[in-house]
Amino acid sequence: MNLKELSNRKARFTGGHTLCPGCGEGIIVRAVLQAINQQVVVGCATSCLEVSTSKFPQTSWKCSFIHNAFENVSATMSGVETAYRVLKRKNKIKDDIKFVAFAGDGGLCDIGLQSFSGALERGHNVLFICLDNEAYQNTGIQRSSATPYGAWTSTTQIGEKHKGKEQFKKDIVKIAVAHEIPYVAQASPSNYLDLVKKVSTAVSINGPSFINILSPCVPGWRYLQMESIHVCRRAVDSCFWPLYEVFVENGVEKWKLNYDPKDKKEPVINFLRMQGRFKHLWNDNKDIVDKIQANIDRKWEELKKRCSV
Amino acid sequence: MIKRVITGNEAVAYAMKQIDPEVVAAYPITPQTQIIEKYAEYYAKGEVSGELIDVESEHSAMSAVVGAAGAGVRAMTATSSQGLALMLEIVYIAAAMRLPILMPVVNRALSGPINIHCDHSDTMMAANSGWLQFYSENNQDVYDNCFIALKVAERVNLPVMVCQDGFITSHSIEDISLYKDNVIKKFIGEYKPKYNLLKKEITMGPFDMFDYYFEHKRKQAQAMFDSVKVIESTFKEFSLISGRRYDFFEEYKLKDAEKVIVMIGSTYGSARDVVDSLRNNGELVGILGIRVFRPFNFKLLKKKLEKIRNIAVMERYDPLSGFGGILFNEIRSSLSRNDIVEYIYGLGGRDVDDSQILKVFKEMNNGKELIRYVGVRE
Repeated sequence: MNLKELSNRKARFTGGHTLCPGCGEGIIVRAVLQAINQQVVVGCATSCLEVSTSKFPQTSWKCSFIHNAFENVSATMSGVETAYRVLKRKNKIKDDIKFVAFAGDGGLCDIGLQSFSGALERGHNVLFICLDNEAYQNTGIQRSSATPYGAWTSTTQIGEKHKGKEQFKKDIVKIAVAHEIPYVAQASPSNYLDLVKKVSTAVSINGPSFINILSPCVPGWRYLQMESIHVCRRAVDSCFWPLYEVFVENGVEKWKLNYDPKDKKEPVINFLRMQGRFKHLWNDNKDIVDKIQANIDRKWEELKKRCSV
Repeated sequence: MIKRVITGNEAVAYAMKQIDPEVVAAYPITPQTQIIEKYAEYYAKGEVSGELIDVESEHSAMSAVVGAAGAGVRAMTATSSQGLALMLEIVYIAAAMRLPILMPVVNRALSGPINIHCDHSDTMMAANSGWLQFYSENNQDVYDNCFIALKVAERVNLPVMVCQDGFITSHSIEDISLYKDNVIKKFIGEYKPKYNLLKKEITMGPFDMFDYYFEHKRKQAQAMFDSVKVIESTFKEFSLISGRRYDFFEEYKLKDAEKVIVMIGSTYGSARDVVDSLRNNGELVGILGIRVFRPFNFKLLKKKLEKIRNIAVMERYDPLSGFGGILFNEIRSSLSRNDIVEYIYGLGGRDVDDSQILKVFKEMNNGKELIRYVGVRE
């Protein structure tokens, strides 16, 4: 599979949506649907993606799409997929259909975590995707459990006493892995073919799969709109956002690192410096930057060990 | 017809088996649990053709059922009390998406304090959610209501709750007549929704701004208005297989009555005995039971009650509004009368004996208070 071949596939996520210029979500969703390349039903949690693509009477979806509420896309898609399985068993439906559930970090890691966990445990044949833009961007940049340490949000402000978020982000990938589902991965739109490959692997596997995708947010992260992919690259090259997969091979859980910057591993400040949400860390508050760097380094070493690198 | 002696819960589970929906998603809660357990037994034995999803909460139960119904199949869940409260957000959405979901509800008091017994606070909380609501006096009622309600729901594209009184009917054994599977199959027919996620490329659950939200709500409201005629004709069709002719309201000795109590649910059965004993003493009393609460057929209600001199509403629900329950207010405004009195009774499963009903008949035309309580220590 190459980019040329991909670009010839029918686009099922069309233009005319109202996502911000430079938003990562449009790029990611388009890639996901092109990678699937067969009949698909999309479920979407209440989110930027939902309000920007399904404003009645218009729709950006050239495939079936269902939005129910904020915290329940996983349960909703459990119902859609189960209905499909029954109809298939009864020979009332011929086509093979894939199912994808999109949610933001709020809709998946916070308010939708229970619904997500339940769906994984029950083993529905659905690809769950977290579009992680690291805050409640749709409601105006409020902190979520996926907001990184030190980040400014409208509910973790910068002042004399507190300087941004004071907790590290929730490791949703590890949470998904703990459900022992067949396929879990982390991806970034900066590594486009890697992302596409992960989606096609996920939908080829029978059972639930999960991909955590970094989704750059221009107004929330505060960078220039043409720099979305750049920011993601800094996230990947600093190992703030490593690319890896967890799957089962011959009955054994395997971790695989998809990209290792080796001696080109960048300091996290390069990633932070591109974004206004970390402005208070650009020149001051070195202790916070050190803390972020130490956390990245520890997690990176741990990941390499798991991946036997 | 097959004669059986079963509980209200088993009657519902048996109705579910005969409807045989493609998807059932449910979560246990007392006193509903037996419905799902019984259904799981049918599922394990291979006596039903659909799938059972044991979800991790009622919120997910309703969400999964919305997804399944969106995929164009018959989908059901069942719940009580806190379960209904937890899923309420999605209960509204199911109605707005015009999905004809059938949900048996076993009425139980809402917390707090936590209580597992019957009152109607759970379904009354959901009375304005855009769902049709059918209530049941006994086990035969709840069984029959399931089929009627499903057929109506699929005709008007609105979801429906079939309610019965927790423990009072849900756990009580009664004689009931079951229909043969083929009779039910023929009555409910095949479900063929116009739109379906698996067939066509459609967008369900879109975002409405001020330019469309109101129009969509107006259509939903119209469906509720229109359902009155559909319910009438479905009652008629059902009488052909059951020999029982139901109506929006059940009446007992109403014609010449001077004093009437209006009520919902199983209390109607006890009240009939009280009416008989009072009539033996020459008192002209009667009762009106509500079978269909949503849509509220105010025209028919007016016809039935406008000539009655004294009316009391017995309501197993207190909205703590300072002005009585939802049933009281519907009756009062349907009749444009301000002399109707409200008796709140039986909260949290408080036993309702004949003496309470007798007291209401005796005292309803005396006193000035509009909102009264019966059967409570004050």
